[in-house]
Amino acid sequence: MSEIPILRIGDCLLVSIQVDMHDRLAMALQDDLTQRIVQDRARGVMIDISALEIVDSFIGRMLNNIAAMSRVLDAVTVVVGMRPAVAITLVELGLTLTGVRTALNVDKGLAMIRNIIDRGEQYDERRGG
Amino acid sequence: MAENESLLLTLIDRHQSALLDGWLDCMTRSPRSGALRRDGETREQAKRFLEQLRRSVQYQQSADIYAQDWAPMRELLEEVSRARVTQGFTPTETATFVFSLKEPLFQLLRREVDSADRLADEIWIATRLLDALGLYTIECFAKTREELIGRQQQELLELSTPVVELWEGILALPLIGTLDSARTQIVMESLLESIVESGAEIAIIDITGVPTVDTLVAQHLIKTISAARLMGADCILSGIRPQIAQTIVHLGLELNVVSKATMADALALALRRSGRSIENRAAPKPRQGE
Repeated sequence: MSEIPILRIGDCLLVSIQVDMHDRLAMALQDDLTQRIVQDRARGVMIDISALEIVDSFIGRMLNNIAAMSRVLDAVTVVVGMRPAVAITLVELGLTLTGVRTALNVDKGLAMIRNIIDRGEQYDERRGG
Repeated sequence: MAENESLLLTLIDRHQSALLDGWLDCMTRSPRSGALRRDGETREQAKRFLEQLRRSVQYQQSADIYAQDWAPMRELLEEVSRARVTQGFTPTETATFVFSLKEPLFQLLRREVDSADRLADEIWIATRLLDALGLYTIECFAKTREELIGRQQQELLELSTPVVELWEGILALPLIGTLDSARTQIVMESLLESIVESGAEIAIIDITGVPTVDTLVAQHLIKTISAARLMGADCILSGIRPQIAQTIVHLGLELNVVSKATMADALALALRRSGRSIENRAAPKPRQGE
């Protein structure tokens, strides 16, 4: 079983999903990630899904779960690199990932995490305003 | 039957020019025939119609104008009605082209045929034939119009979904016309593509040109906004008219998005959010912020 690598950038963790996800892989990723957040005292998690052409409800739920888990461990989760076609499909499925922050690419995601950590508005999940 | 048809044939053969003149005359007299253009074109068409009618009657096996031997006649009628659509004729005017042949034809029949029974038969046959041809002309007319409408719809669809870059990182999407599923799909796709291309973080959706907002339109707006959010861009809704604001509240719609009354306000907010400020240099008073 292949493993999804978790890279560290400063106090952020970068997860790039490039293979098809299935139950066991998702469970392993959640395990690894929560462990690394605690171990590295990470404040932010970036999940890069730019390689995914298909995102179904399973991956949608997994992203929501990871965001919720990170929040409990005081880390911000940003999903980056979603493709237009994927975004349209998710919206049509009714999965708008309301609990997850999103950014266009890794660059902007990193800036967003930095911004949030600096302002210390971790608990304000409301965007905009 | 064969005898009757040959009578029609001989009539056309013998009195072609008289028939043509009577026909054109009849067309001009009829106020709704649009034959102000009693020019060479109508005459040419009428002449070709008579020739084709003669040929078709001569070789035809059946009176069914959808049969194989009537194909050239049908082509001619299609051509005539298409030309009239583009020239702005009404359906009545187009159909009159065929129907006004009846008068001179019936006059001829009355002169040629002695017995009343025979005359009634002949008129019935001619009427049936000309009615079928006239109706076919109208059908072609309607078909051409439908094609025209379809093409215009397509053009409208392509025309009305521009995405404009107002500032670096700020996109505007001025929506014009009703939002249905097909248009939402196109709007969404072009907006998301532009977000990827320009790396914009703020998109202003302006609905000044959307005549009504009902639950369906609102749902489409929400979809577009959610999709943009998934791509990491925030949306600002602008151009909400007082009436639409009332409708939204009466319908109990929850758009969950920052909205501004005008595009100018939305742009000001977008600029402020992206860390830029606008100042009026003539009057040194800073712009009032909300």
